[in-house]
Amino acid sequence: MELLVSAPARNPRWLALYAALVFAFLYAPILVLIVYSFNGGGVGGFPPHDFTLSWYRVLLGDGAMWSSVLNSLTVALAAMAISLLLGIPAALALDRASFPGKAAFRRLVLLPLILPGIITGLSLLMLFVGMGLHLSLLTITLGHGTALISVAATDIFAGLQKLDRAQEEASLDLGANYWQTFWRVTLPNLRLPIIGAALLIFTLSMDEIAVSFFLIGRDNTLPLEIWSRLRRGMTPEINAISTVIFVFSLAAILLWYRLRARPEGQPELGAELVETAAAN
Amino acid sequence: MFSRAYKTAVTVPPLLWVTVFLLVPYALLFCYSFWSVTPAQTIAHHWNLGNYRELLRVRVYFETLLRSMWIAARVMLFALLLGYPLAYYLSFHAGARKDLLYQLVIIPLWVSYLVRAYAWKTILGSDGVLNTLLQYVHLTRHPAEFLLYSPFAVVLTLTHIYTPFAFLPIYASLEHIPRNLVEASHDLGASPLQTFWRVILPLSIPGVLAGATFAFVLSLGDFLAPLLLGGPSGIMISNIVVSLFGAAYNWPLGAAISLCMLLLVVSLLFLSERLEKKWSYS
Amino acid sequence: MTSPAQHAAQPQPLLSIRAVAKSFGKLAVLRAISLHVDEGEFLTILGESGSGKTTLLRLIAGFERADSGEIWMAGERLDPLPPYRRRVNTVFQSYALFPHLTVRDNVAYGLRVQRVAASEVSKRVEEALDMVKMSAFAASKPAKISGGQQQRVALARALVNRPRLLLLDEPLSALDANLRRQMQLELKSLQREVGISFVFVTHDQEEAMVMSDRIALLRNGSLEQVATPRDIYSRPATSYTAQFIGHTNLLRGRVERGVARCHGLEFRVSAPDGLALFSLRPEHIRLADANAPAGEQSVRFQARILTQSFHGATDLLQVECAEGLKLTVRVSSHGALTGQHAFEFSVADVIPVRDSQERS
Repeated sequence: MELLVSAPARNPRWLALYAALVFAFLYAPILVLIVYSFNGGGVGGFPPHDFTLSWYRVLLGDGAMWSSVLNSLTVALAAMAISLLLGIPAALALDRASFPGKAAFRRLVLLPLILPGIITGLSLLMLFVGMGLHLSLLTITLGHGTALISVAATDIFAGLQKLDRAQEEASLDLGANYWQTFWRVTLPNLRLPIIGAALLIFTLSMDEIAVSFFLIGRDNTLPLEIWSRLRRGMTPEINAISTVIFVFSLAAILLWYRLRARPEGQPELGAELVETAAAN
Repeated sequence: MFSRAYKTAVTVPPLLWVTVFLLVPYALLFCYSFWSVTPAQTIAHHWNLGNYRELLRVRVYFETLLRSMWIAARVMLFALLLGYPLAYYLSFHAGARKDLLYQLVIIPLWVSYLVRAYAWKTILGSDGVLNTLLQYVHLTRHPAEFLLYSPFAVVLTLTHIYTPFAFLPIYASLEHIPRNLVEASHDLGASPLQTFWRVILPLSIPGVLAGATFAFVLSLGDFLAPLLLGGPSGIMISNIVVSLFGAAYNWPLGAAISLCMLLLVVSLLFLSERLEKKWSYS
Repeated sequence: MTSPAQHAAQPQPLLSIRAVAKSFGKLAVLRAISLHVDEGEFLTILGESGSGKTTLLRLIAGFERADSGEIWMAGERLDPLPPYRRRVNTVFQSYALFPHLTVRDNVAYGLRVQRVAASEVSKRVEEALDMVKMSAFAASKPAKISGGQQQRVALARALVNRPRLLLLDEPLSALDANLRRQMQLELKSLQREVGISFVFVTHDQEEAMVMSDRIALLRNGSLEQVATPRDIYSRPATSYTAQFIGHTNLLRGRVERGVARCHGLEFRVSAPDGLALFSLRPEHIRLADANAPAGEQSVRFQARILTQSFHGATDLLQVECAEGLKLTVRVSSHGALTGQHAFEFSVADVIPVRDSQERS
């Protein structure tokens, strides 16, 4: 017993220190980003000086930036709807139907998750051009929605694996047909994976650039707007909008952790995804 | 227990959608790679191997692919070197703070990729945060120019971005190791270091493989970090594809390169999957 | 036990299973099972794990389709119907209470999906909860109540739909021994009260004996014997039945002209000549009174006591007769017994059984 107690107690200091350094590495750029959004002297230069909110004021009056935010929100919401509407049945099919080519279907659905975004982006570009479709927010939405089915299907499939099949049997046994059973038992039991997937899809779509890069029409999404400005030069306005987005993302994560605050499981948004994709 | 109608209803819509919006596009990529561009800048739909011959003939394509793989390999190595000890520390030594620290690793994943790459640019630039800091504390007199616009900057940025991706599967595999195995190892007289080498590390190999695959594959296809931070010597294979699809207007050649990347990635995934199976005991 | 089986008298059974077979891949789980359940009957399907008892239950509920054979209920073919069209309800082994619904909503579930009027729903739900004494927990979520309480809720949730037939899949297996005995009695009295036929699946032979009107013993996908608890215990048809239900001694011997010879024991039987197998329960062997002469119908023999174990009201003895035959004997508690003793049993208690080994 002494051994068991002493082993963790012999917690190596250098390991803790190493972990702290890794955290510093992960957070340093984010910290710099936020600090310099308040820097009167613009981006760069040490130490930061002249605390100011003027970059936020500039941002507030920047119509192009805000319309790109609005575009991104529209795309993200629509992509979320597409991914969930197809990802939920896809997960159900993977869990409980058997059909020829099922293994290939599973791999195909998950492919955009691991494939460089550029390949998915330009493949879709070829499709849309071939179909004679004008590049616009619609094509970006279709692209995001399709690529992110993988996220919805993975998360919800994991949820289905944990769902006790007897739940649905009990519902059928009590006289509910398949449709009623889906709405009253299956879906409520998948509430958390669905919300988790929705949040993740939303965030990934808001941040997506490789696919959008090829499918962009006249209207910019936020990352593309930032991208086009970065090529012109650096401005603290970008720090400001990034900080705003960071705060919103953080709020979304906190919301998610609150929803998932269960004693038995740690919050693992995205983790399941990475694990399943890795196992693909 | 599910009726045929149920199975059809859940299978057919996603199957159709995925066929139209994934299978057909990837097939188009394949087709394009065997087509060519006419001098009048239209696509000639007759099948030939011209693009692939071009790839073998012009050395810059192969060199750039090699450079991309070398960059990706370094990113993979550093991400593992950062991610594994972190995962090990969290899983075995973090105690009550484990969940909090875990979330702290995840949170940067939620910050825009582009924005983080941009942040590194503001840090590494010649009048950036790092250089001015070094001068401020009188460590250097002139800005270190090599920091930005170099493969180093690309590797650093991609390592920063993909370390959490390497961490996640490693952490998951460490968490799945039953703790009584560690106790049994101690009970049989193994020191903590021996226990790590003989029990923990072998059992976490599937996680390491998954994390390594992630870091390598995702950084291999990256094109924004090189554009933003790489300079001429940091160009990667995807940058060539982007220019072929843009100003250079040679979609068939771009498609051929993309298809090569796709095959490379898929075979890597296949390989890592085989290895993971070999190393998993459950 | 007021009503032993009246199956012969019943003109039409409620449920009738006709030559039903089911395989999973190459594995034959059920082979041509025929069985019926009478109106108001408590039938137990008893078997070891892997015997096919749960599969048989799932066929009746509609979660699995039979490969061949038919299932009829009250003059209607049941097996082509989906689970939600059958007037059959199930109490699941793990209860399968919906975690996102309260106890009340769980019980109301079946009525609501069948669009019963709201006022009727609430009335019947209250009655059902009352019946299982769970009204006080109506607003609780399933995770907040104990295993025994979940069990009652599962029962109420099934019964509120007034099924013709209630299926119970080892519903007591998750409960501890004391609660289990209490629930056995409660279930039995509840069944009498509501008058609904119960098909109860268990691997516990004592549970089956206590609760059932009839027991169907299932082994490797075939019915070994179907009979009342008393019959199946006192007149087992096969050596498997005799061993699975209670303890027994199996005597292997040869019959010649109405006299059986087993390891030096001789007794008259009404069995055909040839090899034969007999079951003799340990409690049917007794210590013989050396002063009294052996009765006409009893067989007396000498045996050496090997071991003695104490079981409360009775002692179990392992004894060895001449020719090395070892028998188990149950006698009312004595002091320590050693050495040679005279034992006897009645010929009437020796039951010829079929050798089960032949069939598997």
